Formats: sequence, structure tokens, C-alpha cells
Amino acid sequence: MKMPLLKVEGVSKYFQDPRSKNEFCVFSDLSLSVKEKEFVAVLGHSGCGKSTLLNIIAGIEKSNGGVVFLDGRQTVKPGLDRMVVFQNFALMPWLSVQGNIRLAVKAAYPEWDKAAINRRVEKYVEMVNLTEARNKKPAELSGGMRQRVGLARAFSVNPRIMLLDEPFAQIDALTRGVIQQELVRMWEDTGITIFMVTHDVDEAILLSDRVLLMTPGPGATLAEEITIPFSRPRTRDRLVEDPAFFKLRDRIVAFLGHRQAA
Amino acid sequence: MSNSNPSTLSVSSAAAVPPSGGAAAKKRAMLKAVDPGPARSAAGSLGQRVGGNWMVLSLFCLLLFLALWQRYSTVGNEKFPSPVVVAEHAWYFLSDPFYDNGPNDQGIGYLVGFSLGRLAVGFLAGSVVAVFLGVVLGLNRTLFKALNPYIQVLRAISPIAWMPLLLYTVQNSGWTALLVVFMASMWPTLANTAFGVNNIKKEYLNVAAILQMPTLAKVFRVILPGAGPAIVAGLRISMGSAWVAIVPAEALLGSLGLGYFVWNEWNNLGIANVIFAILLIGAVGVMLDMLFNRLAKSLAYTD
Ligand SMILES: Nc1ncnc2c1ncn2[C@@H]1O[C@H](COP(=O)(O)OP(=O)(O)O)[C@@H](O)[C@H]1O
Ligand SMILES: [Mg+2]
Repeated sequence: MKMPLLKVEGVSKYFQDPRSKNEFCVFSDLSLSVKEKEFVAVLGHSGCGKSTLLNIIAGIEKSNGGVVFLDGRQTVKPGLDRMVVFQNFALMPWLSVQGNIRLAVKAAYPEWDKAAINRRVEKYVEMVNLTEARNKKPAELSGGMRQRVGLARAFSVNPRIMLLDEPFAQIDALTRGVIQQELVRMWEDTGITIFMVTHDVDEAILLSDRVLLMTPGPGATLAEEITIPFSRPRTRDRLVEDPAFFKLRDRIVAFLGHRQAA
Repeated sequence: MSNSNPSTLSVSSAAAVPPSGGAAAKKRAMLKAVDPGPARSAAGSLGQRVGGNWMVLSLFCLLLFLALWQRYSTVGNEKFPSPVVVAEHAWYFLSDPFYDNGPNDQGIGYLVGFSLGRLAVGFLAGSVVAVFLGVVLGLNRTLFKALNPYIQVLRAISPIAWMPLLLYTVQNSGWTALLVVFMASMWPTLANTAFGVNNIKKEYLNVAAILQMPTLAKVFRVILPGAGPAIVAGLRISMGSAWVAIVPAEALLGSLGLGYFVWNEWNNLGIANVIFAILLIGAVGVMLDMLFNRLAKSLAYTD
């Protein structure tokens, strides 16, 4: 059997409550795995620990036990093999669209000459349709355009896996649909594995191959795994014509809602 | 920004300009996004009205000042040079700024040049050291806490107070003048840099970490630009205090420059020249500040 690309084994995380100073468990002994070229989503309510889990995988948050393997090797620090796309974009506000992507390309390919770097930057600016806006600063861009930069920056270094933390949560609904389709297209074109966390049920069903349901914290668990049966290419319009979509959606909502009430 | 601004860092809270516009700027940006038309035109007309009044009032203050001065020099103290006399002296110096009749009689252009040269060298050296230390302290809370008390003490000492000690130690008035400027240039920049670096958003550092940037790349591509506005705010204050310090330093050390000129003219009882030099010192200071205003604008960013 083929080894999974990403393997999270028994990770735990405890935080100190800022007010009461009591330790609380975000999750303990959490495990999951993601296969090469897969699109996996973790779905859970706000505050259940999705970002914490993603940040631990990215290496920018320390866990209190457990191991993260990438390509069978234990990860010890953040790296270019796991690029993160942040909910709040995390673009450098003093750099233009090109500048932000160039920052990543330069870091990933320090041995390249200027021309090669520029070509790469241009290619990814084009990939996310930002050629017109390439010299603009993030403050001059809409949320959707900013996240396009975030995606281009992450794809441009050709990581082993992309870690997306609610990438479309801060984007208006109309633009969101367009960028979601762009993401799927880039995922298919590049063959880069995607691990995404979200609280949007429709988004998880629309985009991913497999959804892991995360129960509300403290002490969150990955309670159920759902393989999304719908064939690709998927579109929102096609999905809403399929009764199976609503059945699946209701099941997920009931599961998460039920767990929250408990 | 507020959560990590240590209360001990008292200078910086006054000196540091937050890298972004903060809540007010956000609100403005939001207003603009919602309704650009009326908001902008209202601000525009208001700006114009204020702008006009400002100029008139400013001119009025100048005329009032000149009138009072003129009156003082005619009925108050007849030995005191009138504005016209000072203007004549100024014209005399400014019409031929670059002549050289030996060490005690050089064109005013040269004197300004000497002072600016001294300022540039001392300020540059002080700024490089201050920014470097500021980055180190900004990245290391323990070191910052350990050294901050000393910085506060050093900051409170007028650079002129160091002069006897420096003169005694280096035994050279030229070097002493430079060191005074160096000292005067250090503290606001140091405090502001540490503050700016310490307040860089965690997310930018996370990006740098994910990109596995080597330390130097991280400093030059993320930390310094991120703290840029705060650093420039510090540099601007430092430049001001260095320019303020350079006059007494030159006067006391006898180093050729504007400060020396003022003192020399006082010794000659050339009060008109003293007044001219005072005005010139102010004018040069304002120009230097404008330079930094430009730099600040070019490094500012909104997020
Ligand atoms: N640095 C922190 N210190 C203390 N508590 C934290 C910290 N970061 C997150 N938490 C808490 O951990 C829980 C999980 O947070 P997070 O992973 O951001 O949730 P999600 O991304 O699912 O909305 C929340 O209860 C949150 O308040
Ligand atoms: Mg989150």
C-alpha cells in the first residue's frame, strides 16, 4: 500500500485560558492522513481548533505531543513543502502583488537569476488573473483579489501540500464561487495535494474528495470521515439539482449540530 | 499594538507612529469604500477652506512678529538690529556663500556644509548602530527588558553633558563633536526600532518562517520593511535632536560650522549675524525634517 503524503499521529494541544489561567484541551490524540493529490477538508464549528491543527501541521504552532509526518519524514519546523494560505491573507502590505509572490519565489529558489524569478512570478500572477493589478498593493485590492495573491504565492513555490485555513471565509459570496472554481482548476493542473479547514459545509462538499468532521471543542475529535461521492467537475448549480447533495448536507449539519448540542 | 507596548518604553509611545493608520484610518478607508463621492468632496472643500485660513493666519503671525521686532529695535533697544539690518547682513552672507579667507572667515555655504557633514557622519553612524540594536532588542524580549532601564537613563542625558568626558577620553575636538552627534542620534531611533520590530504582526513572521527565509533575508525583506514606518519616525526625531545638539557642540568645541559661527559672532558682538545664524539654523532644520517626511511617506503602508 502506498504511504500517505501527510500523516498526523496522536497530536495534542493545550492552551491556557487567558482569563482563568486554566489549561484546556483543544484536542488530544488526534490522527489523520492525506494521500498524494487528494483534496481533504476538515469541517468544524468556529473555535473547535481547526486553525490550531493546521498551524501544527504547518509547524508554526508547537503541539503538546504527537507527530506530523510528510513523505514519511517527521516534520520539525515550518518549511516550503507545506505552504499555508491564511484566512486573513497574511500578505506583506508594503509589497505589490508581484512583490509578494516574488518574496516566495526568491526564498524557494535562491539560486535562480532575476530573469528566471521574474518569469516564474509572471506565470503565477497570470494563473490567478492578476496581471492587470500586478503592481497594486494589497490595500488597493478586494478580498477576493488578495486571496488570489495568497494562492499564487503558495502555488508558486511548488509545495508538497497546501494548507488552506478558511481561505474564502473573508470573501464576498459572489467572488467566493469564482475563486473556489479557480482553486479546483489549479489543484487539478498542478497536482498539488490540498488540506483545507473550513466551517462552510457547502464549500467542503463542493471542493473536497474527503471531509473529516471535527467535533466542537474543548477536546475536539475527528469523529467521522465522509467520502464525497459527486463526480467532477462539480458546480454549485449541478450539486443543488442532486437530491443526494441535500441528504449528505443534512447528515453533516445534523451531525455537527447534534454534537454541539451535546 | 497596545498589548505588547511596554509601559517602560515611554519614549516610543510618544514617538512611534504605528505602522498602519490604526482604527481611524480603517474607518476612513471603510467610509471611502462605502461612499467615495460625497465623503471625498466634503473633505476636499473643508480642506480648501482650512488651507486658505491657515495661510492668511500664518502670514499675519509673521508680519506681527516682524512689526514687534521692528518696534523693539527702534524704541525698545536701539542697539538691537532691526529686521532690515538683519536682512542686509543675511544678503551679505548669502550673496557670496563660498569664499575662504582662512579658518576664521569662510563663506556661510561652507559653514552650513561643515555642520551638515558632521551631522551626516554622526547621524548615519548613530542610526546604523541604533537600528541594529533596535532590531536585536525588538526580537528578544529578555534582552530588551534587561537593557531598557539603561537605555532610559542614557536617553535622559543631554548629549552635551557627555562632552567633557568625551573630550577627555578621545583628546580630539573633531571626534568629540562627531560623537556628540552620534549620541544624540541614537535613542529615539533605538527605542522606535525596538518598538516597531516587536510589534510586527505575527503573521508576517509566520510567512517568513514557512518560506524558510535565512535570518538576514528575514531582517531585510520582512522585519525592516515591516518596522519601517516606526523606524523612520524615530530617525526623524533623532535627526532633530542631533541638529539641536550640533550647535552647542560646535560652539563649545570650536569646530567650524554654524554653531561656531553663532558663538564667534557673539564674541564679536555681531548681533545681526547671530540673528541671521539663528534663522539659518532653523531653516536648515526644517529642510532636514522635510527630507524625512518624504522618506516616511515612501515607507508608509496600510494593511
Ligand atoms: N494563543 C492562544 N491562546 C489561548 N487560546 C487559544 C489560542 N489560540 C487559540 N485558542 C483557543 O483555542 C481554540 C481553538 O482555536 P482555533 O484553532 O483558532 O479554532 P478555529 O480555527 O476552529 O476557529 C479556541 O477556543 C481558541 O479560543
Ligand atoms: Mg480558524
